[in-house]
Amino acid sequence: MRIEGKGHIDRSKPLRFRFDGVEYTGFTGDTLASALLANGVKLVGRSFKYHRPRGLLTAGSEEPNGMVEVVDGNHHTPNVRATVQELYDGLTARSQNRFPSLKFDVLGVNDLLSPFLSAGFYYKTFTWPRAFWEKLYEPVIRRAAGLGTLVAQHDEAAYEKAFAFCDLLVIGSGPAGLMAALTAARAGADVILAEEDARLGGRLLSDGGQVGGQASVDWVAEVLAELKALPNVRIMPRTTVTGVYDDGTYSALERVGLHLAPRTDLPRECFWRIVAKRSVLAAGALERPVVFPGNDRPGIMLASALRAYLNRWGVVPGKRITFIANNDGAREVARQIMAAGVKVAAILDTRENASAVEDCPVYLGARITGTKGRLGLTSIEVAHKGGKLTIETDCLAMSGGWNPTVHITCHLNGRPIWRDDIAGFVPAANAVPGLIPAGACAGDFSTAAALANGAAAAAESLSALGIIAATPDLPSAENAPYVIEAFWQTPGAEGRQWLDFANDVTTKDVALSAQENFRSVEHMKRYTTQGMAPDQGKNSNVAALAVLADVTGRAIPETGTTTFRPPFVPTSIGAMGAGGKAQGFAPQRFLTSDQASRDRGAPMIEAGLWYRPSYFPKPGEKTWQESCNREVRMVRTAVGVADVSTLGKIDIQGKDAARFLDFVYTNTFSTLPAGKVRYGLMLREDGMVLDDGTTARLGEHHYLMTTTTAAAGLVMRHLDFVHQAFCADWDVRFISVTEAWAQFAIAGPRARALLATMLDRTPDLPFMGVTDVTLGSVKARLFRISFSGEEGYEIAVPTRYGEALFRDLLARAETLGGGPYGMEALNVLRIEKGFITHAEIHGRVTAYDIGMEKMVSAKKDCIGKAAAARPGLVGDERQQLVGLRAQAPITAGAHLFRAGDRVHRETDQGYVTSVGWSDTLNCWLALAFLEKGRARHGETIRLIDHLRDIDVICEVADPVFFDKEGAKLRA
Amino acid sequence: MRITCPLCGPRDRREFYYYGTDDYLNRPVADAAPAAWDDYLHNRDNPAGVTRDLWYHDMGCTSWLAVTRNTVTHAILKVEAVAPVKGATQ
Repeated sequence: MRIEGKGHIDRSKPLRFRFDGVEYTGFTGDTLASALLANGVKLVGRSFKYHRPRGLLTAGSEEPNGMVEVVDGNHHTPNVRATVQELYDGLTARSQNRFPSLKFDVLGVNDLLSPFLSAGFYYKTFTWPRAFWEKLYEPVIRRAAGLGTLVAQHDEAAYEKAFAFCDLLVIGSGPAGLMAALTAARAGADVILAEEDARLGGRLLSDGGQVGGQASVDWVAEVLAELKALPNVRIMPRTTVTGVYDDGTYSALERVGLHLAPRTDLPRECFWRIVAKRSVLAAGALERPVVFPGNDRPGIMLASALRAYLNRWGVVPGKRITFIANNDGAREVARQIMAAGVKVAAILDTRENASAVEDCPVYLGARITGTKGRLGLTSIEVAHKGGKLTIETDCLAMSGGWNPTVHITCHLNGRPIWRDDIAGFVPAANAVPGLIPAGACAGDFSTAAALANGAAAAAESLSALGIIAATPDLPSAENAPYVIEAFWQTPGAEGRQWLDFANDVTTKDVALSAQENFRSVEHMKRYTTQGMAPDQGKNSNVAALAVLADVTGRAIPETGTTTFRPPFVPTSIGAMGAGGKAQGFAPQRFLTSDQASRDRGAPMIEAGLWYRPSYFPKPGEKTWQESCNREVRMVRTAVGVADVSTLGKIDIQGKDAARFLDFVYTNTFSTLPAGKVRYGLMLREDGMVLDDGTTARLGEHHYLMTTTTAAAGLVMRHLDFVHQAFCADWDVRFISVTEAWAQFAIAGPRARALLATMLDRTPDLPFMGVTDVTLGSVKARLFRISFSGEEGYEIAVPTRYGEALFRDLLARAETLGGGPYGMEALNVLRIEKGFITHAEIHGRVTAYDIGMEKMVSAKKDCIGKAAAARPGLVGDERQQLVGLRAQAPITAGAHLFRAGDRVHRETDQGYVTSVGWSDTLNCWLALAFLEKGRARHGETIRLIDHLRDIDVICEVADPVFFDKEGAKLRA
Repeated sequence: MRITCPLCGPRDRREFYYYGTDDYLNRPVADAAPAAWDDYLHNRDNPAGVTRDLWYHDMGCTSWLAVTRNTVTHAILKVEAVAPVKGATQ
């Protein structure tokens, strides 16, 4: 129910929402959780394993029970924490893990079977027969145990990622965070203040106290007004810092559109990477439940949650409230509840020696031995040092002490330190370089300490950056000492005492784990699944650890802790992968001829990041093979045009350019005359072939290197390394000009005739020549090189002329009986000629293997030369490049065996790298690597591809199938 | 992880390509014994502690960098360009 005059909600703005089909009303400023409680809805979910009815435990992102599905049209988002979801008009949510309804859940029967379903049950029971796991056990268990359901459709919603940089990142905006941000902001530092909540202020929004003689919320408003007016401050509400990474990098998840009715102009979430020179962690502390039998009924919640619902949202979820606590803090909440006019039935203090003076009954040395109320708490059984009693109550507020929120200080392997005086863990010193914890997350729980700590932490952080920050005057604030007596479970009580609400883990499960010798905390976690639910043990880790310590007879520090890993809160994959879906997965590179190719109906295929035309279908052609055959024939008999701009182009200049090329290529380029092109082979330092390609000498000190499409980036990196590491003093500079030039191959017996129609003079260029030409007024380069075996040219123009030239070349080619050809034809043409690509030079072949050992100059050193000469990298026992001819379809990737040999790994003779149907030679052709292959031309070999059921006898041949003498090439 | 490139300043590690140990800088002479080439190409320490390795500022200035760092703490202790940089103070 709502309390008049309480809460920071806007009662003039009611909002309608639905939960499990029922319409309710809340107010602007509500969360789904506060609005449900205001409407008297206590039962919000069923537990993971036993399907027990559960209500809200907390008021924050650590909520283990209140997880719902938020519905948006045909989609829904599962496992949304009702305590985080802000209310908007029309919000529709439903409960999870129940059938047919939340109040009557068939699988509630699991709860009755709980004696058989303890920790480890699945491992022990469903062990045989093996085959039953996948088909029977797992699907049934998965259905029974689980939370939200998936939509099983693509998530089409928008997500974003973003980067930010600052001097000081302040995580959390409670008293410590606000004071840290203010101190740094006034000193002129670049500040980012990240707050998980929609509103800034942290616990000051919900403690109902005073700061500086005014209401806490008014002090918060004043500070925020000042911060917002400063240009060096960026305030990020709804932003949870989820992880810490090296060198001051923080991940953060911002809820951008989730608090509003779904709309298309906003992303749902934004995943931030924030780089901070320094940071102040002001993440506060999380209250612990008290562990007693039946402590999981709806209506039992944390005292801090009750306080927040009262002061922030003006809601009290009960008419007769009871408290159980092991520390003083809950007393103030009880007083506020009474002051709001709500009855407090009793305060149960687990301590023997605490004050019994309050305006309500106080029982000392109290234990709760049982609770009643199936779908909501109705009464509790209490034993105390004066006797026993039953208390009728519909809301029980627990405070088992506070856990500093140390989580992200552990992300770089820091282990938190146990402090007996506060019965909790605090961050180790320097657990994260550059991060200072302040306030409650450092174990200082009073508001006054938080304010002072925050200011001091900011000043210390900035001083490390050489910025002097004055400490602002500290306002007066609550400064009560934190008095606690650890109370981890209710001894000697019957019934299940819940530790981990989200995963249904009890004290008994932890004891069983220890009994079965899973005594390490990491083993206990995995045996019981404690701490493995969406709340990651935020509500249960310390208590479970204490219980484990107790049953194993160890102290808590000795027992250790589990590892806290990122992310701090559940983070959607959609946000982390923002922008990486579909075409955002990888950049796309388009040729200047792209549109012209698509205009002709060419299917485009990926070649690295590039898109290249596969073939150019003509009317009447039914398969790609028909088009490919025609294109091959066209190049062999007339003229074909292909865009080859994807090849890497590196412009190399300097007095030592020739010397440099001699060092990176196995063969010699210093002897190449200007105006000529030479084929070059490049090795890795380990002797394997790195790449091949042609390099032209454009002038005395000017070369243009061509790399394969696949290795363009690799070669550039390699050249940079060789230059910078081994010969930085040489006068040579180079740059990639791949994208500066559009380059087209013109190949076929009529190539020269085509060029004659467009150049001012008929090119009289010898094979492997290069010359400058003019196309209209455009300066172009003409190379006479061939990857098809025909008389071939490549013409290069500045990229902006690429499309025009391509369309022009096609028009001219067509008048000569030619046209464009695609990758399929290009591949067949080069296989017919035995030209290699990275299908052959795949990183495990030497110059020797591909028959190019003579290209490794004996007269000079080069990269890879020494290693290439090692025993084992030369010699006939290696597999060598051969050609294969076949009369039936064959495949790349197939392996080769001697006919008659048993087919297995030991008898493997080699493998096939490239395959194509040669219309020219009327057979299937392949390039392959075959043991001692060069000496076996003319033999037959058995080609086997088990994946595609292929078993064909092939003839071993020279890899150059067509025009061995190169007469056409040189025509 | 961030690397301070001597030319470009502090940058996210995604801008860099990792190569391997700085052993690659000590290329043996062409006719060195096979053992020297073996060491150069294959034999590597795997220290828990300070190591020095090579990174390429692929998405930046294309400098090759020698980065001294601690594999245990992840601290980056020193970043130098492999090639002498004109005007840089090293």
